[in-house]
Amino acid sequence: MVRVNGEEKDIAGKTLAEYLTAANYDMKRIAVEHNGDIVAVARYGETVLMDGDGIEIVSFVGGG
Amino acid sequence: MIPTKEEWNRALEARHGKELHRAFSCATVAVCGLGGLGSNIAIALARAGVGRLILCDFDRVDITNLHRQQYKAGQIGMYKTDALAQNLKEIAPYVSLTVHTARITEENAAALLSDADIICEAFDDAECKAIFANNVLSELPDKYLVAASGMAGLYDANRIQTRKITSKFYLCGDEKSDVQDGIGLVSSRVMICAAHEAHTVLRILAKQFDV
Repeated sequence: MVRVNGEEKDIAGKTLAEYLTAANYDMKRIAVEHNGDIVAVARYGETVLMDGDGIEIVSFVGGG
Repeated sequence: MIPTKEEWNRALEARHGKELHRAFSCATVAVCGLGGLGSNIAIALARAGVGRLILCDFDRVDITNLHRQQYKAGQIGMYKTDALAQNLKEIAPYVSLTVHTARITEENAAALLSDADIICEAFDDAECKAIFANNVLSELPDKYLVAASGMAGLYDANRIQTRKITSKFYLCGDEKSDVQDGIGLVSSRVMICAAHEAHTVLRILAKQFDV
């Protein structure tokens, strides 16, 4: 299981890019923390989510 | 009469204590984007005695900015960097300012922000926010980033909060209310979010890292 924004999900083995696409995230408007570190956007495709991992997906909306 | 630098420092030291005043006055903080967030953040930090601010924005003051941004009617048409520098010097005459009237890109960010201890993201556009945050967190991993997402509308002020995402990344806002929905940005709610960002900066400088 992988903990995504506090919720356990059965997505171990998928890449981060696969999960983000399946979950309909707009990849131009997010930042992703994986086990304490920010994942560079260029590495979403090669980052494989493992059992016990935690990720936090932060979404940016407009305004400032 | 404008007080002398010594009088100024003594007043801040009396307020904050020697140690905290030293932490604030030795710090360099970058404010990227000088709209409703950035202009309010910069004023809060200058008032608190932060020693040096790096101010970045490419845009000019427009009449449509004045309902929430810390500029004056007579400053319409000026570069925001120049107008804010003028206002900050009136408020806190001894704050050291470095202004960059330029668009911050993935190419120039590292050079423009290399002196900063803490970087505040204060842009308007969601994609610009994400590109900047990812760029700073990946390319300048020793810097603290304080960013904002979600402060539009007249929604409950108490929904705006600060979250610590990593040891170097704090996010302020309700993470939902988009400027595209409803009435856009309202001065008080943007100020609350800007105050969250400025307050997070001061807490980091005071080595109070938890949220």
